Amino acid sequence: MAKITYITHDNQKYEVEVQNGLTVMEGAVQNDIPGIDADCGGGMACATCHVYVKEDWFNKIPEKEDGEEDMLDMAFEPKTNSRLSCQIVVSDEIDGLEVNIPSKQA
Amino acid sequence: MIKTDALIIGAGPTGLFTAHQLKLIGLSCEVVDNLDKIGGQCIELYPDKPIYDIPAVPECTGEELTNNLINQLKPFDIKFHLSERVEEVKKENDNWLVKTNNGTSFSTPNVIIAGGVGSFEPRKFSPKECEKFENKSLFYSVKDKKIFTGKTVSIFGGGDSALDWAVELSKECSVNVIHRRDEFRGAQATIDKVHQLAKDGKINLFTQYQMASVKGDKNLESIDIKHDNNEIKNLKTDYVLGFFGLIMQLGPIANWGLNIDKKTIEVDTEKFETNQKGIYAVGDICNYPGKLKLILSGFHEGALAARACFKLARPNEKYRFEFTTSSKTIKERLGVKGD
Repeated sequence: MAKITYITHDNQKYEVEVQNGLTVMEGAVQNDIPGIDADCGGGMACATCHVYVKEDWFNKIPEKEDGEEDMLDMAFEPKTNSRLSCQIVVSDEIDGLEVNIPSKQA
Repeated sequence: MIKTDALIIGAGPTGLFTAHQLKLIGLSCEVVDNLDKIGGQCIELYPDKPIYDIPAVPECTGEELTNNLINQLKPFDIKFHLSERVEEVKKENDNWLVKTNNGTSFSTPNVIIAGGVGSFEPRKFSPKECEKFENKSLFYSVKDKKIFTGKTVSIFGGGDSALDWAVELSKECSVNVIHRRDEFRGAQATIDKVHQLAKDGKINLFTQYQMASVKGDKNLESIDIKHDNNEIKNLKTDYVLGFFGLIMQLGPIANWGLNIDKKTIEVDTEKFETNQKGIYAVGDICNYPGKLKLILSGFHEGALAARACFKLARPNEKYRFEFTTSSKTIKERLGVKGD
């Protein structure tokens, strides 16, 4: 289990416990957290589960694999700390992770 | 006005197999899709990605699956209306009157929505003021490249569309290419060409920049682009092209009086009918207890919705279940010889 904090663009904070093995995207969808669309269901094919990872966490979580950066080219307002939340797998190591959800996914 | 027994919205795998089922039981159908090609998400999102959970097909790509489904439809004459989006669905007597954005209209007792997660639309620039210039001097696709001759064109994006147009337009125009990072994701040969053209001064390359704002009163005059380090650069430009791929939008479906929850349409599991009689939803877009977003589920849903269509299309006939292995009528429809 890891505690993940999702912060929406209008500063609503959602703190949820997410089971290890799920993705940060699934944690949001299963807890009805607004702003993560995840149209393709986690296939890294749509860039609608885009989040910004707080700088101190960005370097701690596993790095992007091939293809994620390509999809981020299509995301809404990508920044240097952008990630696709479907590619961040939850584990004890990321307990306390905070992610910001962009104002829109497209 | 086209009259048909059933109209299918969406030419993805579920829409295609639903068409097959309708034709097999002797109903006519037509298919509308907003994309310019058949295949839906399989062809647009993952043509090269292997799929491993189609029954009896150990492995196939999105493109192979689509081609196989198209082949399976070969015996039948089915009209596809591509690059058309259904805008309006209205009740007219016992039928549904359906209109597309191209002005095609259908009258049908049955509408089957096999729309995936909605229709594919271009992803747009984030600054709001870009809308003001859309389809005048700011485009998300190129219809007539001649309008750019001798002008300055600023192209955003890092994939094949952006790079191909940069190479092509650099022959006749002054081209800026703006991309959010140093790496491009197009074909290597095209990437090399763009770098060569940049070296030769034929293309101005701005990487780690994104659109910040567009400037101009009536006509577009310039754009501000912003570097990752927040530095702003102003570029004089006549035209802007944005190539950020496609996104699925539910679009007009939201206005048809259907019960929609989280971008999906509620249906029953006997007919896959919505709260509106004669409108069905199948595949990823439908929702019911236990729904799985698998292609295989879409096939099942389409098969049942097709049988439900029979009742409304042939109110005076009784539907008789038959197997393709033994039915003479079905074999005739398929154009295969009986035994």
